[in-house]
Amino acid sequence: MKTVYVDNNATTKVAPEVLEEMLPYFSEYYGNPSSMHFFGGQVQKKVDEARAKVADFLGAEPSEIVFTSCGTESDNAAILGTLDSYPEKRHLITTRVEHPAVGNVTTYLGRKGYRVTELSVDREGRLDLDELKESLTNETTLVTIMYANNETGVIFPVEEIGEIVKAKGIPFHTDAVQAAGKIPLNTKKSTVDMLSISGHKLHAPKGIGVLYIRRGTRFSPFLIGGHQEKGRRGGTENVPYIIGIGKACELAKKHLDEENVKVKALRDYLDARLLEKIPNTLINGDRAHRLPNTLSVSFEYVEGESILLLLSDLGICASSGSACTSGSLEPSHVLRAMGVPFTAAHGSIRFSLSIYNTKEEMDYIIEHLPPIIQRLRDISPFWKDYLKSQGKV
Amino acid sequence: MWDYTEKVKDHFLNPRNVGEIDDPDGAGEVGSLACGDALRLTFKLDENKRIRDVKFKTFGCASAIASSSALTEIVKGMTLEEAAKVTNQDIANYLGGLPEEKMHCSVMGREALEVAIASYRGQKVEKEEFEVVCNCFGVTDREIAHAIRENDLKTVEQVTHYTKAGGGCGKCHPKIEAIIEKIRKEMEKEAPPPPKPEKRKLTNIQKIKLIEETLGREIIPALKADGGDLDLIDIEGNKVLVALRGSCSFCPSAEITLKQYVETKLREFVSDDIVVEEVRP
Repeated sequence: MKTVYVDNNATTKVAPEVLEEMLPYFSEYYGNPSSMHFFGGQVQKKVDEARAKVADFLGAEPSEIVFTSCGTESDNAAILGTLDSYPEKRHLITTRVEHPAVGNVTTYLGRKGYRVTELSVDREGRLDLDELKESLTNETTLVTIMYANNETGVIFPVEEIGEIVKAKGIPFHTDAVQAAGKIPLNTKKSTVDMLSISGHKLHAPKGIGVLYIRRGTRFSPFLIGGHQEKGRRGGTENVPYIIGIGKACELAKKHLDEENVKVKALRDYLDARLLEKIPNTLINGDRAHRLPNTLSVSFEYVEGESILLLLSDLGICASSGSACTSGSLEPSHVLRAMGVPFTAAHGSIRFSLSIYNTKEEMDYIIEHLPPIIQRLRDISPFWKDYLKSQGKV
Repeated sequence: MWDYTEKVKDHFLNPRNVGEIDDPDGAGEVGSLACGDALRLTFKLDENKRIRDVKFKTFGCASAIASSSALTEIVKGMTLEEAAKVTNQDIANYLGGLPEEKMHCSVMGREALEVAIASYRGQKVEKEEFEVVCNCFGVTDREIAHAIRENDLKTVEQVTHYTKAGGGCGKCHPKIEAIIEKIRKEMEKEAPPPPKPEKRKLTNIQKIKLIEETLGREIIPALKADGGDLDLIDIEGNKVLVALRGSCSFCPSAEITLKQYVETKLREFVSDDIVVEEVRP
């Protein structure tokens, strides 16, 4: 059975070039970059090169790059490291649609006595910047708002947000885990103080992340230990993975145009054909401000897990915002925050593409998905009710 | 990914008895679009008042569809009295088990059957008579109590897995806890003292099999939990020879374990005259 992998917002394939760069640093060059001897020194040089590549990708200075173990650690470090630097302030602003790596941290802080403002989104998943302006106070410690949503792909106006927040002198963090590699990021021209990325979302392996910290930003280390990362993150450097994410960032910069032309074209093709071929289909999220690779689509009157398993049976790997797939009983917090109706929220499917996808793969999905939806609708009690209500049977 | 049994996958991929019977003798519908799953069950009786035909339509995940399909196979040919005794465990067992988080799918099947049978009898299962405990999923105290009794539930988390109650905002957790406490007290009062496992005259082969089963099911898992293990070496008449492994092999209280735990358990499940002895290598 062939595998059609369209779940790249969950994780991506390690690029062959990335793996190749990494391999010698498991076996041959295993030195500790902190060592004084040549054997560690040659490794230090590679780590510096990787840091420069990541910095170049983000339009940053190498000294502003901190390597972490994952996107979640980057987010935790940014939030908790800032709060620690401003112990007198007790207010956080975030949104209702953050990834749990941010959302569950702010919920936890809410229980610990912080005041947390969660900005709402509209039906298209867009923020109301006036609500943000009204929420900022002298007590506000940090604003943390994602760059682009992992489920819908909706891109927030991060630069505009940054300007509003910076005008008040408040630190601003953004979780750019889904944005990195898909849309241009340039911290030099940006108002962002801190930005998180994750290796395995851009063709580096799992287990490596980056936190960009603008020079001059107050920050206390989250992981306390040795002097590594200029004292901002203790722990011996994860050398092969750092080299991997360095290479991945170099490739991502090179592939950014391809991502926005080829991948976007494939996504738009899939988007249009599914809407055309399957009745009662809705696209979730603002189509005008959406990551080029992401398609969140809802099929009314059917349930997401059933769709995913039937797709999986054909080798197609996607994901869903339905309740049953998450192990919780309610559909995704993102779709609920957007007010997606229940007829559609439970039947949402996310396709997320990468540069490795092809038009043939899109055609394979377009061929097989309509009969799957029809089959499940034939089993669903609500579909016939709906057709009756429309006078169609 | 959920660890579904082959039977669940089969009933999901090839559901039996899909559809709606026109002019049914009984019909029941539970769940809703908002809740994420729903089941509409219809049946027709034959001249002997047995279920001749039964069909389902389900909106929901793979285990909801499989549970509905299994339910129709189970009840086909039953009288309504027999069908009324089908439990959600029967449905889950028929499928070779469901992940615990998905047990509510089997409960949905049982509830739809109950509503359908009541509709045939001209009764109505009135939700209004009972208190809605979980507003997120519209679950009543009666439904929660039923699931606790039928499945011997002990925690709020289990109640959520079986009924969905408490799976949304979580505000009803204290209420669910109170119901668990109340029902479990009632259950303790009602329950007869646990019956002694029936001991019958065993053939040698039966005895060996039963000893092996009891070791595997009751004894070894408990030893393993403490880092120990045990091998059955031989059985001579009523003498069971075992070798202790893992942390048991150098445990100072191994003798006590053997006599007070292994022997007691084997006597309980196999025969009163079992003697356990340790063989050392």
